[in-house]
Amino acid sequence: MPKNIRDEFGRWEKNTLNKAISKSPERESPFKTTSHIELKRLYTPLDVSDSDYCGELGFPGEFPFTRGVQPTMYRGRLWTMRQYAGFATPEETNKRYKYLLEHGQTGLSVAFDLPTQIGYDSDHPLSDGEVGKVGVAIDTLKDMEILFDGIPLDKVSTSMTINSTAAILLAMYIAVAEKQGIQSEILQGTIQNDILKEYAARGTYIYPPLESMRIVTDIFAFCKDRAPRWNTISISGYHMREAGCTAVQEVAFTLADGMAYVEAAIRVGLDVDSFASRLAFFFCCHNTFIEEIAKFRAARRLWAKIMKERFKAKRDESCMLRFHTQTAGCSLTAQQPDNNVVRVAFQALAAVFGGTQSLHTNSRDEAYALPTEGSVRLALRTQQLIAYESGVADMVDPLGGSYAVEALTDEIEKKAMEYVEKIDAMGGSIKAIESGYIQGEIGESAYQYQKEIEAKKRIIVGLNQFQIGEEPLRDILRIKPEVEQYQKKKLASVKNERNNLKVREALVVLKKVAQGTDNVVPPILEAVKVYATLGEISDTLREVFGEYKER
Amino acid sequence: MARKIRVLIAKPGLDGHDRGAKVIARALRDAGMEVIYTGIRQTPEQIANAAIQEDVDLVGLSSLSGAHNNLFPKVVQILREKKAEDILVFGGGIIPVDDIAGLKKAGIREIFQPGASTEDIIKYIKENVKSF
Repeated sequence: MPKNIRDEFGRWEKNTLNKAISKSPERESPFKTTSHIELKRLYTPLDVSDSDYCGELGFPGEFPFTRGVQPTMYRGRLWTMRQYAGFATPEETNKRYKYLLEHGQTGLSVAFDLPTQIGYDSDHPLSDGEVGKVGVAIDTLKDMEILFDGIPLDKVSTSMTINSTAAILLAMYIAVAEKQGIQSEILQGTIQNDILKEYAARGTYIYPPLESMRIVTDIFAFCKDRAPRWNTISISGYHMREAGCTAVQEVAFTLADGMAYVEAAIRVGLDVDSFASRLAFFFCCHNTFIEEIAKFRAARRLWAKIMKERFKAKRDESCMLRFHTQTAGCSLTAQQPDNNVVRVAFQALAAVFGGTQSLHTNSRDEAYALPTEGSVRLALRTQQLIAYESGVADMVDPLGGSYAVEALTDEIEKKAMEYVEKIDAMGGSIKAIESGYIQGEIGESAYQYQKEIEAKKRIIVGLNQFQIGEEPLRDILRIKPEVEQYQKKKLASVKNERNNLKVREALVVLKKVAQGTDNVVPPILEAVKVYATLGEISDTLREVFGEYKER
Repeated sequence: MARKIRVLIAKPGLDGHDRGAKVIARALRDAGMEVIYTGIRQTPEQIANAAIQEDVDLVGLSSLSGAHNNLFPKVVQILREKKAEDILVFGGGIIPVDDIAGLKKAGIREIFQPGASTEDIIKYIKENVKSF
């Protein structure tokens, strides 16, 4: 007769374990994850014995997608290697894109500067000092034409980190494609378009939440017909995690935001199965390896259940959580920057074990500045090493069935759902953001994390232990101040050359549509085509929608 | 009884990365100071005015977007114009080491770089604020 695991476990604890612990106690008591989940010493079949394999894990490519969204995962096609890039002028960024594509990157990811993200032209007083700094500056369609010059938009997929001005940049992208002779229907890519997390963490909002949500759902409706292969939103936990929240909070707050978008779209009359498969997600991958892997799997399962049970989605594709991952920028240290290469490698590996669809690996010098060309190449090589040398991409969900991974997946799902229910009780994500609840939770976690580092309860190699005397990194990317002048001059010449009457007409039409209930995307598309500036379009909407002020 | 140290923590420019600013605001509060946090997207004028109105001893500026060379000196300049040069201005964020000398020359008294602890900042404030 086979031995009983529970009895054997008890015997092991009593005889073998206790003897060992009495001789040499463990390093910590208890061990906890960053989400305050108390870790067991040893996970065994006892921890997963209740689980219903077919219901909770199932098979890849099938509900609830715990083991992955495609049946073959990376055996079929590797994840998209997509380095977030953009700086200075469209001219310089275009060169960086071509460099990355030459080195084997498989998709583009556009970083815009803050004025572009917040709806100000390069010549606006509030753009002072910000032009081209954290991303590329885009004022008019002219800049977008330069940005994608020589890059065939029917061959690449492009992700754009753009939120409150997403409709404008999407319109410009479509207009550039048309100039290349490419129809919008075949374009592939993603706009972030996740305004809720901007109020909670990232800060590039313009309009109040309800008006912003209208633009979001207008984009859903527009793309359903005009850009059916485009991911209309990338519901992002990344920035909330970077602002300090835990892995569990990241899952909970992201899915709660996702639910708010689904509700908003259903409210304006869209059928859930007509847009849900175009929703994409974006998560962070931080240091705690096993917890992160479990996090991705838990998020996938929980979202699938929410879509099916709460929103009555009928198509499997509507329940599929597809996501991009970026390694944790906030985990990088200015001290001993080479250590960051190793950190990023572990984080990237966890994202791959977690089944990510695309991945950005951070560069070693990002605690100092935007990365140099050489450090970006090394970050890309890190992904290629995982993909081509490690062998982990040759099996689907290779860590599935690990007692620890499955137990943590269950635990994260459960704890995230508790948060989701709490947010439900507050009236949903928008209410929880307006009341400051989400921001408060994020801030609290960030503060605790910092205190743990300073108390050396959390060791960061090179920062609070194993320090060395070192010179700070000086070979970093610097954005020249002339970039701002260059952009301003180019903007002035576009304004000179365009037909200003047509611009005025286009903006009048946009204003009327914004005041009514028709979709705002088509008039935005018409406006960008006659070279209305991003600032002019945003100002037109500001007049109608007003501006949000942080509470 | 001595008045508590009053600090304005401010986010100049368009940068929305406020994790550091909020952590520092809270740490200074826990260290017994009175802290006002401006929130994000403040102009140098707004920050200088808030500093004067709130009668603070120090202003801590945080920027991670690379706009520090434009924005930090302006805060100092406006404070000087408004005869409030006794307010000590310090800063932090993603600030390349080669920018520090220029910022100090412009009147920013100290720059804290990535990895600085809240303890370092509290110690600096206590040592550098007059009459405490």
